[in-house]
Amino acid sequence: MEDLLHAPHPLETILLSRRFRLENSASIDTFLANEGFAGFRKALAMSPDEIINEVKSSNLRGRGGAGFPAGMKWGFVDRKSSKPRYVVVNADESEPGTCKDRVILQYDPFRLIEGCLIAARAIDSERGWIYVRGEYRYLIEHLNQVLDTAYRRGWLGRNIQGTGMNFDLSTQSGAGAYECGEESALLESLEGKRGNPRLKPPFPAQVGAFQCPTVLNNVETFAAVPDIMLRGGQYYADLGTPKNGGTRLLCISGHVNRPGVYEVRLGMNMLEAVNGLAGGVAGGRALKAIVPGGSSCPVLKAGECDIPMDYDSLARAGSMLGSGGMVVLDETADMVKFLARIMKFYAHESCGWCIPCREGTAWLKKILSRLDEGIGASSDIDTVDQLAVNMFGRTFCPLGDAAAMPTMAIVRKFRPEFEAKIRSTAVFVPAPGTRPLPMLE
Amino acid sequence: MTFSPQLEARFAKMLGDYPPGRQKGALIPMLIYAQDDVGSVSAELVQEIARRLNLRPIEVDEVVEFYSMLHRRPLGRHHIQICTNISCQLTGGDELWRHACRKLGIGHKQVTADGLFSLEEVECIGACSWAPAIQDGYEFHHRMTPEKFDQFVDDLRRAATPR
Repeated sequence: MEDLLHAPHPLETILLSRRFRLENSASIDTFLANEGFAGFRKALAMSPDEIINEVKSSNLRGRGGAGFPAGMKWGFVDRKSSKPRYVVVNADESEPGTCKDRVILQYDPFRLIEGCLIAARAIDSERGWIYVRGEYRYLIEHLNQVLDTAYRRGWLGRNIQGTGMNFDLSTQSGAGAYECGEESALLESLEGKRGNPRLKPPFPAQVGAFQCPTVLNNVETFAAVPDIMLRGGQYYADLGTPKNGGTRLLCISGHVNRPGVYEVRLGMNMLEAVNGLAGGVAGGRALKAIVPGGSSCPVLKAGECDIPMDYDSLARAGSMLGSGGMVVLDETADMVKFLARIMKFYAHESCGWCIPCREGTAWLKKILSRLDEGIGASSDIDTVDQLAVNMFGRTFCPLGDAAAMPTMAIVRKFRPEFEAKIRSTAVFVPAPGTRPLPMLE
Repeated sequence: MTFSPQLEARFAKMLGDYPPGRQKGALIPMLIYAQDDVGSVSAELVQEIARRLNLRPIEVDEVVEFYSMLHRRPLGRHHIQICTNISCQLTGGDELWRHACRKLGIGHKQVTADGLFSLEEVECIGACSWAPAIQDGYEFHHRMTPEKFDQFVDDLRRAATPR
């Protein structure tokens, strides 16, 4: 396995990542010698309601992208249901710019198992799955070994540590589909179907995996729970800002000197993250824009980035904290090319279930690629904006929104770049034997 | 159709991972593990998986068409996947992709004549902080450059040439 770690930075707040740099950090013995399963032991002495209230008081919000309060999500599960209740981990990590769950799974996988056990205790579940994107096969094999060890040592299976609690956990491989990171599509895939989204409500807490009540969270969300049990919800909440508890992993990429995965308190200033943690913009160039949390988040121009990074502050700035995938663009970045690439992605990954998204992303991809190639028409710019506006909010799942939001932001904030490309005489030269799209005005 | 004993053992364990009557849940992992065992999702493999999970072949086919990692035809022995999504784009992914096409003499989803390499331009593979990144099969290679890519390909070619 390739090393994914860097030296800890003084601006980091190390809580979730505190075992990452220990020798053999992924072994059960290292885990047990460093507070491993201590949060679960504490949870065993608590009632399900007490566990859920502790998570609620921590202000832990979903780390996958949507930022929904995790305790509330757990509280929606009907524990009195006659059906079994399930725990599902979303390790489909596919949002462009995001590479943090990979680090957790590689360096501290038992932390995830502990989080699942606590969730299982909270909703009285005996079964869980870790849905891992197919591209992370090395992590699936790694997790399978880790799960085997947990079974052998009595932390999974029947009568866990003599407590009478039963809980089974296994990995589930995806096979290449961004859409399966959306919770209801993930559940469809887990059931052996195409990854199309479900109509909500009912939400997974009522009708989830195999039509049973399900707690479904991101890897990092589950991984945060052991420390909430161990140190208390209040301790965790106090690390962040009001309603935005704790620390989170930030994956910084793009034009910076020290890209990497860093653990920060919620509410850290965004420019401090770029200039402090990541060592500033590469080559001493000027900052142009930041994508705060994965490709679906509206970009912020350099002048808009002096803000705290928590869910509410970013919402006020017209963007999202998202998955923590922070992509930094310097003054040389070509925003038209950047948006064209984003749309190529969404058009490829649209599952085709909802027409506004299926047609909208494909149409936007065509227009944006001709704009990028220098053969767009001036009317194209408004067409792009209108297409995005009309796609937004009109689909089962948020993939349509995820494509629309960066489009509206980039085309409005960087309009002069689009106009300049239309006026430019530097027209893209097609490869021999091919022709550009015949769509001139 | 026969699989390796390791794969049979894996399948046997997997079928116990789902609620009673819900073994269809194993379909997608079974397809990808079997593809790696036998090389591609052939019509014969679809029939075999359908039989084992008590499904109609169309229920398998519709899934195969959906997931981008499932391939109907065999890939090269080294399936080189190059990410050109945003973090990789900003750090030279496009140049790397064009370079790889020239170096191997093939394009997107094509296989070299000797069957040693296939090439695919892929979406984000979760290596953004170590971009630009490629995968050889399931193996990640981070901070790739055209020079490192040449070395990488030449080494694989040498290793594959019988002496």
